[in-house]
Amino acid sequence: MNDSAALYAVAGVILFGMGIYALVAYPHLLRKILGMNVMGIGVFAVFVALAYRGPDQPPDPVPHALVITGIVVAVCATGLGLTLATRLKALTGVAQLTPDQED
Amino acid sequence: MPDFYDDDARLTRPRIVALALSAALVALLSLIILTAPGDLERLNLVARERLTESGVANPVTAVLLNFRGYDTLLEVAVLLLAVIGIWSMARYARVWIKVPDTPVLAAFVRLVLPLMVLVSGYLLWLGADAPGGAFQGGAVLGGMGILWIAAAVWLPDFQFQRFARVMLVLGLIAFVGASTLLLALEGSFMEYPAGEAKNWILVIESAAMISIGMTLMMLFVGGIPRLNEGTV
Amino acid sequence: MNLILTVDVILVVIMLVTAWLALTARDLQRAVILFIALGLLVSLAWVRLQAPDVAMAEAAVGAGLTGALLISTLNSMRELQKKKTSEVTPPADASPTPQEANHA
Repeated sequence: MNDSAALYAVAGVILFGMGIYALVAYPHLLRKILGMNVMGIGVFAVFVALAYRGPDQPPDPVPHALVITGIVVAVCATGLGLTLATRLKALTGVAQLTPDQED
Repeated sequence: MPDFYDDDARLTRPRIVALALSAALVALLSLIILTAPGDLERLNLVARERLTESGVANPVTAVLLNFRGYDTLLEVAVLLLAVIGIWSMARYARVWIKVPDTPVLAAFVRLVLPLMVLVSGYLLWLGADAPGGAFQGGAVLGGMGILWIAAAVWLPDFQFQRFARVMLVLGLIAFVGASTLLLALEGSFMEYPAGEAKNWILVIESAAMISIGMTLMMLFVGGIPRLNEGTV
Repeated sequence: MNLILTVDVILVVIMLVTAWLALTARDLQRAVILFIALGLLVSLAWVRLQAPDVAMAEAAVGAGLTGALLISTLNSMRELQKKKTSEVTPPADASPTPQEANHA
């Protein structure tokens, strides 16, 4: 793996870590959905970085195709999640997971 | 707690623990990725070697619609499932339409809409040998629908629902229909007859693009379109 | 070669800082805008890594459409909040929501 690819792969892993932190640590559902999306971007970054073969060689098309599929599936999951969050807000008045609701 | 200001952004103890655990995960995953075996070339080489047989010159499109066509088939099904999931919460449509204060946005959108249709078709055609394809074209179509609604040029009403349903399933029907037909003709799943791959791909891609665009638009609407009954 | 790597490092650092700000911003509207910015930065990175197909999909879907979804969700949640605040007749036993929602 060349330097650039390694750099972007590690950046992807860091994005994944940030996303999982936001997903776990913050109560607001919208922020959780943002965290999930950032995790997704991190995974895509790793895929695209692994497909990169340096400036002189063409990249591997298979991970690229997987990532394009993944981006569209991610937006669908986001849309579904946002609709669920809005419905929760409409029914309960809050769009957060509060400690009171845990039981 | 006010809902739009996450006042509680302080680093509390559980959050520090979560941050530390995430950092550990990052370290572990980085180590794994940087020391992963470098032999990732097999699929790449196979895909490039057989590119001429795929009917298209863009390797990414070849992978999406030919080599791994079943992946894309399942994805189109996933898109449909997402819309079904959203529509099952139909009374809670998310769109809060306000007619914009100025007529400029609506005029601009009217001007741009036909161009966007043209661009999506162009992207679809281009996808055969350059960056582009059904997903990018579908995204432009979906963006067109969203602009349409956001500028309140036209709002989806209950009648539109029937049209939307047809458009939503079009991609899946084309995909399943084509692969069933191929199964009958060629005796194997998703394997295009030699020399005719391009036509099959183009038909499937067009249908998939329309479905993707409509799906993205319906994600934005966030419920069964029913203008008269209002939202939430 | 070294110049390219420098540009890579700068882009990656901006990406990571934007992501962190997007995830920890107190104001969710700001978080969403920063997330859209992150999507565009990431699509720049894809172009850099010779993945123009992915870059197009990311810019259109990942940044544009996801951003539109997030903003419209914020708006409808805000409307719901307004509706809820106006519906609540001044309660005798002050439940915490209306006042706090106002000073937001």
